[in-house]
Amino acid sequence: MVKEKKKSPDRPDNTAFTQQRLPAWQPILSAGIVIPGFVLIGLAFIGIGVGLFITSRDIQVLEMDYTGTEASSDCNKCAITNTKNCMCSLDFNISTLFKGPVFFYYGLTNYFQNHRRYGVSRDDSQLYGDLTNFKDPSTDCKPYRVDSNGKPIVPCGAVANSMFNDTFKLYQNVNGQRNLVPFDGKGIAWWTDYNVKFRNPSVEPLKNAFNDTVKPLFWTRAVYELDFSDPSNNGFLNQDFLVWMRRAALPNFRKLYRRITEGDYKEGLPAGNYTLEISYNYPVLRFDGRKKVVFSNVSWMGGKNDFLGIAYLVIGSLCVVMSMVMLIVYAKFKFPEDN
Amino acid sequence: REYNRSFKYATNAIKTSKYNVLTFLPLNLFEQFQRIANAYFLVLLVLQVIPQISSLSWFTTVVPLIFVLTVTAAKDATDDLADLLLLSSSEPLNLVYIETAELDGSTNLKVRQALPVTGDLGDDIEKLADFNGEVRCEPPNNRLDRFTGTLAFAGQKYALDNEKILLRGCTLRNTEWCFGLVLFAGQETKLMQNCGKSTFKRTSVDRLMNVLVLCIFGFLVCMCTILAIGNYIWEINKGSNFTVFLPREDGNNAGFSAFLTFWSYVIILNTVVPISLYVSVEIIRLGNSFYIDWDRKMYHSHSDTPAEARTTTLNEELGQIKYIFSDKTGTLTQNIMIFNKCSINGKSYGKIKQNNHFIKQKDSVDFSFNPLADPRFVFYDHSLVEAVKLENPEVHAFFRLLALCHTVMAGEKKEGELFYQAQSPDEGALVTAARNFGFVFRSRTPDSISIVEMGKQRSYELLAILDFNNVRKRMSVIVRSPEGKLSLYCKGADTIIYERLHQSCSKLMDVTTEHLNEFAGEGLRTLALAYKDLDEEYFSQWKQRHHEASTALDDRESKLDELYEEIEKDLLLLGATAIEDKLQDGVPQTIEELSKADIKIWVLTGDKQETAENIGYSCNLLREEMNEVFIISGHSSDDVREELRNAQTSMKPNAAENPVILSEEAGEGVKLIKDEVVNGEYGLVINGHSLAFALERSMELDFLRTACMCKSVICCRVTPLQKAQVVELVKRYKRAVTLAIGDGANDVSMIKAAHIGVGISGQEGMQAVLSSDYSFAQFRFLQRLLLVHGRWSYLRMCKFLRYFFYKNFTFTFVHFWFAFFCGFSAQTVYDEWFITLYNLMYTALPVLGMSLFDQDVNDVWSFQHPQLYVPGQLNLYFSKKAFFKCAIHSCYSSLVLFFIPYAALHDTVRDDGKDMADYQSFALLTQTCLLFAVSIQLGLEMSYWTAVNTFFVLGSLVMYFVVTFTMYSNGMFLLLPSAFPFIGSARNSLNQPNVWLTIVLTSILCVLPVVTYRFLLIQLCPTINDKVPDQNQHAKATPPPPPRRARIRRSSTRRSGYAFSHAQGYGDLVTSGRFLRRPAISLSSGFSQVGRAATGFSPMGRSAGYSPTGRPQNLKVPDVEVTSLQMYRTITDPSL
Repeated sequence: MVKEKKKSPDRPDNTAFTQQRLPAWQPILSAGIVIPGFVLIGLAFIGIGVGLFITSRDIQVLEMDYTGTEASSDCNKCAITNTKNCMCSLDFNISTLFKGPVFFYYGLTNYFQNHRRYGVSRDDSQLYGDLTNFKDPSTDCKPYRVDSNGKPIVPCGAVANSMFNDTFKLYQNVNGQRNLVPFDGKGIAWWTDYNVKFRNPSVEPLKNAFNDTVKPLFWTRAVYELDFSDPSNNGFLNQDFLVWMRRAALPNFRKLYRRITEGDYKEGLPAGNYTLEISYNYPVLRFDGRKKVVFSNVSWMGGKNDFLGIAYLVIGSLCVVMSMVMLIVYAKFKFPEDN
Repeated sequence: REYNRSFKYATNAIKTSKYNVLTFLPLNLFEQFQRIANAYFLVLLVLQVIPQISSLSWFTTVVPLIFVLTVTAAKDATDDLADLLLLSSSEPLNLVYIETAELDGSTNLKVRQALPVTGDLGDDIEKLADFNGEVRCEPPNNRLDRFTGTLAFAGQKYALDNEKILLRGCTLRNTEWCFGLVLFAGQETKLMQNCGKSTFKRTSVDRLMNVLVLCIFGFLVCMCTILAIGNYIWEINKGSNFTVFLPREDGNNAGFSAFLTFWSYVIILNTVVPISLYVSVEIIRLGNSFYIDWDRKMYHSHSDTPAEARTTTLNEELGQIKYIFSDKTGTLTQNIMIFNKCSINGKSYGKIKQNNHFIKQKDSVDFSFNPLADPRFVFYDHSLVEAVKLENPEVHAFFRLLALCHTVMAGEKKEGELFYQAQSPDEGALVTAARNFGFVFRSRTPDSISIVEMGKQRSYELLAILDFNNVRKRMSVIVRSPEGKLSLYCKGADTIIYERLHQSCSKLMDVTTEHLNEFAGEGLRTLALAYKDLDEEYFSQWKQRHHEASTALDDRESKLDELYEEIEKDLLLLGATAIEDKLQDGVPQTIEELSKADIKIWVLTGDKQETAENIGYSCNLLREEMNEVFIISGHSSDDVREELRNAQTSMKPNAAENPVILSEEAGEGVKLIKDEVVNGEYGLVINGHSLAFALERSMELDFLRTACMCKSVICCRVTPLQKAQVVELVKRYKRAVTLAIGDGANDVSMIKAAHIGVGISGQEGMQAVLSSDYSFAQFRFLQRLLLVHGRWSYLRMCKFLRYFFYKNFTFTFVHFWFAFFCGFSAQTVYDEWFITLYNLMYTALPVLGMSLFDQDVNDVWSFQHPQLYVPGQLNLYFSKKAFFKCAIHSCYSSLVLFFIPYAALHDTVRDDGKDMADYQSFALLTQTCLLFAVSIQLGLEMSYWTAVNTFFVLGSLVMYFVVTFTMYSNGMFLLLPSAFPFIGSARNSLNQPNVWLTIVLTSILCVLPVVTYRFLLIQLCPTINDKVPDQNQHAKATPPPPPRRARIRRSSTRRSGYAFSHAQGYGDLVTSGRFLRRPAISLSSGFSQVGRAATGFSPMGRSAGYSPTGRPQNLKVPDVEVTSLQMYRTITDPSL
């Protein structure tokens, strides 16, 4: 045909892009890729699954309900009477060494910390120590923004207001003697929460920052006097407060209360009889909630969770089975050789 | 009274028309919110402002909305130009030079002049601003060449006509500045009135999408209702007990709470119809349109015309074409007739053209002996020239006949520079052939013809023209030579001529018949030539009777016919001519490929039946191996019906009496006819007058049914209106996408009627192109437009929609599952920033990349396997079923994406014993899983990984992590504590091994069933779409060029059409001397631009009296009102 003539401005550019000739990788679902792929994924999953399963099986968990709905429970008296500072206790027995470090959690069920209206009812600026928000808390905090006299609530909002306020003490019964198991309450909250997200106003003493404010309605003590034993563990930086303020994703949850890392119990809880002394304050019966305590140790994969391991095992086995099915189908139909 | 002042610079930029700087924003916003989709998002925004309802922060909707509005507003702002009344200009006499190529295709400079009264104002803006006149003018219309109005100023009225108007779309040339008064703007401008689609075309995917969006809205309401009911139950059972920690606001009971929840969930779940869908669809279409513009394989270097996508909204429809309606002249053919072969006195001349490539220019006959020869004429047989030079008497008589017996007009601008205007290109070709072989037709008067015979000027007295008509199928002239010899020269269809030959030529007849069959077998148009010498006495007596007959008051025609019949007998055969109606390059191959792609091609032409049939054969539309070609040419309603019925029964003997009606939608009465499968291949040729009956209400279904059973259909002698009617008929009763392709003004109606109109540019005027959606220079590009661009566009659009719905449904459904665990409180699963950016940033580019670059197989393979086109016609890639599958798939994925993280995080803790089952970690985990799952799914969908795609996919994932870590960083929190509450979640979660194990698990679990399903589907019931890419993989290299089917030479069972392509001769006109001289047109411009439309000649209403809007303005064009003859073009393609 005609040889290429002089360049015309209307002549489209001859580039790989404009002519849609960009080099490309064109994978297709061929048997050579899919079947070995399935086998490999299947085997890998089975491997991971076994590892996870064994790890999870080795993690010890001791979970005890202390709601007190049953008459036999010691906490029954506190649950039904709703008296203040009601104390009850829970006896239990550990048959083998509970390897340390042991973590002590409290758990709540049927508790909707993930409810939208509950979740938004807080003021992050206030919790960051912003004094203007002390005087005028965010409207998000409604209906726990100001008290009936119009005084601002600090910390405001439903989340802070509903803070869990049961306290626990653990004793080991050795020969009729009760040995207090020391709890470590430091560093149970996220580092970022403790160091960045929450901050006390830089007022000395801390108490003065809270002038003209009131404590949350359900609270017995103000936020700056939550921990008498450790002055630094007060205000918004109180570890229990921080833990509570990180709201749970699901209606059944557990939150870290203390760690057992010190003294004789560094290596764990030895076998024996124990008594947990509970200061029973938090009402859950109204909404059919349960309260429980959990002792657990952890591994590289975190707390005990059989699900992941089992899931990996099941999916892995499914992959292998499917690859067999595919192989049979492929051998039987053997497209694309037949054309 | 409109009095907007505006500037017009040489760049043709107009400042003020619909908007100005201040009013643009509010006006444009108002207009944009009139679009339903945008209004919907505005409603959402309003909902979010209500604190009780607001489940999401305002920015989640505002950011995308602003983005969309900005894009659209930017588009609107650039779209704004207007029609102007010229006030004054920089040039002397207030002239303005303009080029109107965009309007009518002509590239000449035109002149516009301002009124003196305004022109005197010059460039004095103050004066111009003070100028206070009143313009009254016609309402907006689409006539580009007309404008009427008056300017009243200082008590005086000035007439305004077209000369004073600058239309939108024209370009200023050689003019520094001019001032104008805006008359019409926006949609009212003549350009918009003209080429603005009279009906806004939408693609079937568009329509389906609208239906689906409505369904989705319904579904959204359902989901929200379920969740609201859930909320009501929860509030009664649990919420009322939970009020200790979460008190209700005053007065809110469970019912009211459920009501609020409904709206809150409307906000959260609105992402099932994301605002970015519409924007993305437009971007994809725009991109794919650019590919068409950029395609060098659709660029015609000879005419320097690239393909152009004039509409950017119809691309995917190109991949679904089922019916093509094509014009013939100028579309399939070049409208160039070439004198190819001849048989003179039993000797055949003219070599078979083997292959263009091997015949060099130098092989052609040298006509330098003849100074008057047309340099563009090419002939390859030297023996004919030798015969002419040797003064072979038969050869001379042959060419003398060609030079004398015709109705061509000659023009001579300069000495020796002849050009012919012929009513049919065939005639022109014959006269030009004679010219080159030394018998030059020079000029004519009503009673004489002067020719140059081998260099000698001779004048023949023209005594009579026995004109051509459809019944006679021949024409004759009676001339007296300078020597005084009386002769009758006759040319006509061979069968007709043969009946009138003298017995003495029976031997010659046999030989010539053989040649004729040979010519016809090659698809050439033949004519037989004969002559006879007349007796002076007999002629004068005949002449007398002829005069009487021609002045008779009654029965004139039949009397004349009798007379003609009498004199045209005992003719002596001279020979035969063979003319090639030159097809455009690659037309037969294109048609073959397209029919392999199961596209049905109907040719709608104004030509007469023989011509059309002939072209049908030569371009593979009709084939000799077809079982039967039905010809419908009945002259009454009953005849036509019977012919149609007969055709039906012979194709399908036991077919039902009535067409099978696929579905009948109540109310509208829309019927759809099922495609019927017949054994064998059939063709249908229907004549214009029969078509008129066939298109009647009572018969149209019969016609359609018959036509659809046939492989190809040719409608001849159709008017532009009928063309549109045929298209409408198919559109109405077939659920199929139609495409109309044409080049002339007479095709405008069907181009507008069809789903997609394609204009052939560079041949005739611009009307067809202006009203088309796509335009290119050659018919063969249609193959690439459909099989490559169309298929890819459709594939990409469908993949895009499927994936887009998948990713948004998956995203949204997770909220639905979470609702059951958060007390139906409209708590979102993800971080609000993630919701805002998910469609905008994290998943936008990968899917756009896929829909701009994806190819299942490359263009070469697409051509190799035209069957790949079929799924598009059947709407397989994106239909309600495919959408439903998408929804199911999303449902599965969302279940995995919610419950796997749920189970994995439930009651678990970090490896340092701290909390991990908190809301923020859960949100982060779920959204990361989601993003991985949809990205991997995209990878599965994508079959063409360019570097760009890889970059987009990986880049988006990286972007996600970068943005997430930034959003959750200390710095952002310190900046705005309330906007970034997720501080630290990324750091605290993503360093946990079980988080990553969960991500891997969900990703794999989302993808595995899909891979298994697809793999098994490919193995168990592979489709062509699975096989071809597989072969492609195996072959790796480009496929061998498809074996071109050897053109099967037709056996000579049928006689080709004779070479008269016009209806009625113009002998009367020629002899009456009434013919008008066309204004002289220079050869250089005339040959390249002036086509049928430009000369305005219209033997069968091809171009005259037809408006581009599809409404015939003057359907009755009386035959006598011919104002000019057709410009004849010889070979214009020097490459041949």
